[in-house]
Amino acid sequence: MNATNMLFLDILLVIALLSLAWATLTATDARRSVILFIAFGLVLTLAWARLLAPDVALAEAAIGAGLSGALLLAAVQHHPRRALSSERQNTGKLANEKQNDSNPADLKSSVAIRWTLTLFCIALAFVLIWALLQALSSETSDTLAQSVSANLANSGVSNPVTAVLLNFRAYDTLLELAVLLTAVLGIFALSEQRTGYLPAGPVFNGLVSWLVPALILMAGYLLWVGAHAPGGAFQAGATLAAAGVILRLAGKRNIGLPVSKSYLNIILVIGSGLFLLVGLTMLALGRPFLDYPPAMAGYLILLIETAAMISIAATLILAFLGGRPRNREDRSC
Amino acid sequence: MIEVIAATLMLSGLIFFLCGSIGLLRLPDLYSRLHALTKADNLGLGLLLAGLALYQRDLLFALKLILIWLAVLAASSASAYLIAQYSRRQDTDR
Amino acid sequence: MLTAHWLYGLSGCLIMTFGLRAVLLNDSLLQRIIALNVMGTGVFMILITIAYRGPDAAPDPIPHALVLTGIVVAVSATALALTLIRRLTEEQDND
Repeated sequence: MNATNMLFLDILLVIALLSLAWATLTATDARRSVILFIAFGLVLTLAWARLLAPDVALAEAAIGAGLSGALLLAAVQHHPRRALSSERQNTGKLANEKQNDSNPADLKSSVAIRWTLTLFCIALAFVLIWALLQALSSETSDTLAQSVSANLANSGVSNPVTAVLLNFRAYDTLLELAVLLTAVLGIFALSEQRTGYLPAGPVFNGLVSWLVPALILMAGYLLWVGAHAPGGAFQAGATLAAAGVILRLAGKRNIGLPVSKSYLNIILVIGSGLFLLVGLTMLALGRPFLDYPPAMAGYLILLIETAAMISIAATLILAFLGGRPRNREDRSC
Repeated sequence: MIEVIAATLMLSGLIFFLCGSIGLLRLPDLYSRLHALTKADNLGLGLLLAGLALYQRDLLFALKLILIWLAVLAASSASAYLIAQYSRRQDTDR
Repeated sequence: MLTAHWLYGLSGCLIMTFGLRAVLLNDSLLQRIIALNVMGTGVFMILITIAYRGPDAAPDPIPHALVLTGIVVAVSATALALTLIRRLTEEQDND
């Protein structure tokens, strides 16, 4: 494709993104802004593909647009009115309790404050743009990117993004799995799961009966292919979680999570646990933490990624349930 | 020659997409909008993918595209049915 | 500097600031969470733009890995925040 055509595509994409972002943020109805946000995520996927970031595009489609969208839609569904309009009265009520403060609701609606904050945002935009231009126009030496490509042969995988995530910067990914675990513990502490959905009719059941196996197969493929092409544990975990979400929406009792609480706990921690175990084994073998021997690296990465995929999928499904699972024995839902 | 056929297929696919989008914007109620969107867009996508497959001339690539098309067909027809069913229930409840 | 850098870099900055303004000024908690997500997206866009080296060169994989991590952390934070909102409204309903 020649440069003029590409420029045309770029301009169209950028206009679509900016207007969708603006529409998402200025919509008065919460449901409308959720739906616009999903559309924004899908157009963003195209932008990532255009900027030669296919790994990010896959993750955005599955997680950014797909699962975030499902979570937000479920939230709107269950609190259509409260989530939208009652905040103002509540902040007002709060302020009355602390009498010496002025009322935050009044503050927020005051025109002067709105304009000051808007001006602040505009100023911030200019600073950001200036900083970005500085960063892009200076000739960077990219020593980091060069050392990635120099060491790629020893990393055990040939997809550079997977190599960075699970080998060169494995620390970050280990901590990220810990963040996921913390989030799911927070969700468990806050609430029980939402009530389930009604059993689906024949058409939806027909879709579920082949879509769910197809999604599981797809997740396995994404996990495997991540070693040498776009894909990996995050995309695979999100695909598995999508299968769980579909089963949940179809009103199934079993949505892929183990019934027993101890098994559930095991699959939640297996990702970070196995990762940590591999790291400690390296320490015991006299290597630095999480520094795999090149001959073993490919197998170790696949092992860690499989465990991470299971934990990520379970975390995302539990996030969609909205709390700790109820005992399956009482058939209240 | 094959490129001309591929281009024609893609172009006609795009026309179906355009019709579907016009239908979505212009038709009066939910049911006819769903009808325009799912039918026209599924056919449009099929033609577009057929054109792409011809253009690439790679069997594995073509098979992947067919797989995508089948997944979209099933998902869009089932979701159109579900949306219509939901809306109909709401109407009869009222 | 490439044209794509200009276009996507600028819109990344703009999307981030749009998002920040909505986080500060929106009344609805749910819409503030959406705004936070949009703001994060703007940051991701800046990172991916920096990684881009033109149509023929391989992009820098490190920002890509950072953004992947960011997307997953963003969805877990969103899930936690939505559960917090649900608990909050339940508590207010009980009052």
